[in-house]
Amino acid sequence: MTGATADAGTFRGLGDSAWPRFALRRLGRLLVSVWVLVTAAFLMIHLIPGDPVRAALGVAAPPALVEARREALGLNAPLWLQYGRYLRDLVTGDLGSSTITGLPVSQVISDRLPATLELAVGAFVLAVAVSVPLGLGMAVLTRGGRRRRGELAFTSSSVVLAAVPEFLVAVGLVYVFSVALGWAPVAGRSGPGSYLLPVVALAIGPAAALARIVRVETLAVLQADYIRTARAKRLPNRLVYLRHALPNALTATITIGGLLLSGLVAGTVLVENVFAWPGLGSTIVQSILAKDYPVVQAVVLVYGLGVLLVNLAVDVALALLDPRSTIRES
Amino acid sequence: MRWGGVLRTPVGASAAALLAAILLLALVAPVLWGDRADAVDTRAILRGPSAEHWMGTDNLGRDIFFRVLVATRMSVVLALLATGIGVATGLLLGTAPLVLGAPVGRLVTAAVNIAVAFPGLLLALFFAVIFGVGRTGALLAIGFAIAPGFARLTHTLVARVAGLDFIAAARLAGVGRGRLIVRHVLPNVGEPLIVNATIAAGGALLAFAGLSFLGLGVQPPAYDWGRLLGDGLGGIYVHPAAALAPGVAVVVAGLAFNLFGEALAKGIGLPTAWGPVPRGPRSGATREGGTSMSPRARASGASAGDPVLAVDGLQVSFPGGVRPVRGVGFTVGRGEAVGIVGESGSGKSLTALAIGQLIEEPGQVRADRLEFLGENLLTRPTPARRRLLGTSLAMVFQDPTTSMNPSQRVGRQLAEVAEVHQGMSRRQALARAVDRLRTVRIPAAGRRARQFPHEFSGGMRQRATIGMGLMGSPALIIADEPTTALDVTVQRQVLRLLAGIRAADQVAILLISHDIAVVGQVCDRVLVMYAGRIVEDLPAAELRTHARHPYTRALLAAVPDMTTDRNQPLAAIPGRPADPARLPEGCAFAPRCPLADELCTRSDPQLVADDHGRRVACWHADAWADRPAPVVVRIGDPR
Repeated sequence: MTGATADAGTFRGLGDSAWPRFALRRLGRLLVSVWVLVTAAFLMIHLIPGDPVRAALGVAAPPALVEARREALGLNAPLWLQYGRYLRDLVTGDLGSSTITGLPVSQVISDRLPATLELAVGAFVLAVAVSVPLGLGMAVLTRGGRRRRGELAFTSSSVVLAAVPEFLVAVGLVYVFSVALGWAPVAGRSGPGSYLLPVVALAIGPAAALARIVRVETLAVLQADYIRTARAKRLPNRLVYLRHALPNALTATITIGGLLLSGLVAGTVLVENVFAWPGLGSTIVQSILAKDYPVVQAVVLVYGLGVLLVNLAVDVALALLDPRSTIRES
Repeated sequence: MRWGGVLRTPVGASAAALLAAILLLALVAPVLWGDRADAVDTRAILRGPSAEHWMGTDNLGRDIFFRVLVATRMSVVLALLATGIGVATGLLLGTAPLVLGAPVGRLVTAAVNIAVAFPGLLLALFFAVIFGVGRTGALLAIGFAIAPGFARLTHTLVARVAGLDFIAAARLAGVGRGRLIVRHVLPNVGEPLIVNATIAAGGALLAFAGLSFLGLGVQPPAYDWGRLLGDGLGGIYVHPAAALAPGVAVVVAGLAFNLFGEALAKGIGLPTAWGPVPRGPRSGATREGGTSMSPRARASGASAGDPVLAVDGLQVSFPGGVRPVRGVGFTVGRGEAVGIVGESGSGKSLTALAIGQLIEEPGQVRADRLEFLGENLLTRPTPARRRLLGTSLAMVFQDPTTSMNPSQRVGRQLAEVAEVHQGMSRRQALARAVDRLRTVRIPAAGRRARQFPHEFSGGMRQRATIGMGLMGSPALIIADEPTTALDVTVQRQVLRLLAGIRAADQVAILLISHDIAVVGQVCDRVLVMYAGRIVEDLPAAELRTHARHPYTRALLAAVPDMTTDRNQPLAAIPGRPADPARLPEGCAFAPRCPLADELCTRSDPQLVADDHGRRVACWHADAWADRPAPVVVRIGDPR
């Protein structure tokens, strides 16, 4: 983003060099972010005021036990040594073990991660599958000030839906579909039916926000000169909207959509707690409450990595859809 | 006052009222109903809604309705405090580059950029680990989670303001950095910060509810909405109201903050995160390009036989009674090049769009006659007509940087015409596209076809759009200011290309331009438009000798040539172009015309043909009959 190369703005000779440069830059940024994340996760324990081991074991614990636990966690070594060991263990996949259950943290993660991923991926797919056609359709229907009432209904309901946090949506859904109608189980991960409510609860907010963005962006794109060109080519409306308007509207959508989607990763924490979903989100909350720091550290790392990967995917998708953005950045 | 105006909009007023009610409730509820909310009644545990307890009771028999009301204070105060912490920290971080100088500032900015990438809830959980479970911990956690967003916002706003002149002046005057920020920068970035802080307060309220719901925030016996919600959720089967009541409270309060913030933003004209991306108005071309192209390009007229295009009584109108095009009529013969000239706002581009059937609602096109290759375009469109227009009518627009789809390869953009209208396969169509690119003299056409428009230069792009029109077998190319956005040398290439295509395939050209010199060189016939009408129609060869309308002569006089005295200011037409919304009763040009008299202001002259087929709409058309143009009508003010 520093815009180091001034000659990047010229037209020719970019086709070949832009991609490797983009890949290099983006990879560099990813590595720095990962390093910051890992270091933050490491420092987290050391930033806790007082003695985290004492806090975890309680005031009544005998000093010898506290000392032994400190020794076991390696907290008595100098900070730089601890940091070195932490990095080494991380590279070898050793995340320590839970102070409560004694299970290896890597096993906890591998047990719990799939359930969370299922939720997040399901909600992402649902949100995109609903919001893109909806936003595009609303843009086409309300372009040039047509159907003012439909526009108002759409904007206000999408504002409200986007503003309601996912755990409240989840509670509402549980009430309507599990308690009142009895269509879906109220909690737990048992069969295909149990996925319905958590996924919908996670997807509704992002879907509403995305649909709104898709509509606004599509409306702007429909004003563009190249849409007039597409009409002048007498293409059928279907092609004008799907082939010429949509890809250009998506480039702007993806940037903001990416933020929503990484928010969705975090939203799993709350939704999992509503539905007692056996994923990372319920794990991290229980671990924070139980002061099980090795588990907390690892889950924070996994969530952080998830967000970084989503951001990376967004940037790559942007570069593929809108080649100019690649060049603008490199 | 702009802030007051927000309250007069329906959304702003209702959001403000709702917000005021919530703040009032936060103030009075604990005082009025604190005792009732805490009253334990072991005889009525976990009851459903009843007349006595509207929302039922909890596991100690306490009234949930009153607990929700009383919890307003805790929830709102915590949200506001967290927002305060977030905004203050964000301000510190955001102004750090300005205060601390470049190296440290860059480090802070980089850290903020990384932190912003993580969702607030994740940051809040991270900080909740550090600060511990409980009210204070959650407060700090949410505050610090809000901070990066505000730091980014402050940084952007400050960077914008810091570049302004008065800051530089204050710096030169020796104002210290701290004073500079407090006295000069902050007042100028205050409004957007306040608006975003309002929205952030809504977010903080929701986030706090989330943390308390998870058991990481407010701890018993204290309670806020999130805590009540978490307590109620376990019993949702038997007693849903205990979970729903605090949930509704959180949603309503969160929305009140959010909507009020959005209304403020809209009221004072600020973009918020989800608002539309502001786009500048399409840049109108103002550059006057004067090519001195050899008259060789002027092919001799050949308008025999059926016309390619016949227009009569063409009108374009918009709601509100504005008619930018008022009764335009002309014909274009096979292989003929006709130019339409006029200032911006004369209706020439709308005429082109109306002929091309590209006027969109709410614009209305009416005409007595509009025929293209004998096909009446005024009836309902059919698939056959779409194919006819798609293959036989080509359009080239003004700005080649925006008239091609930026996300599609150039070859594909050409090829799809043949795929849709000529039923070619993808491969055949692409081969034709490459062939057409070659025809419009794009070097290395095969490779270029695989490139994106931004990899083309402006002139190449315009040639490629012309190539797009050649995918079929056009009988008419409508070119709307095709060279205005291009360099003078490139202009000439594009005009030559159009002339070459015309000569090779008997393609008629309708060239729209504000530049009478260009039109005079390329076209057989020139139509001069003013205020939505044709005021003169004459052969291009006779422009200099037989132009009779004062407006045409003024346009000619405004073109500098080799003999123009460069010590004199350039000639310009005095006054402003006519406003289509307020046209005078008589001749629309009369207010700017040196010949205007009482007749002109009273009565509008009709377009009349003379013996040679030249048409003019002027009461005084004969006044200059014997004097050749150009005549400098009046010297404009030097700019």
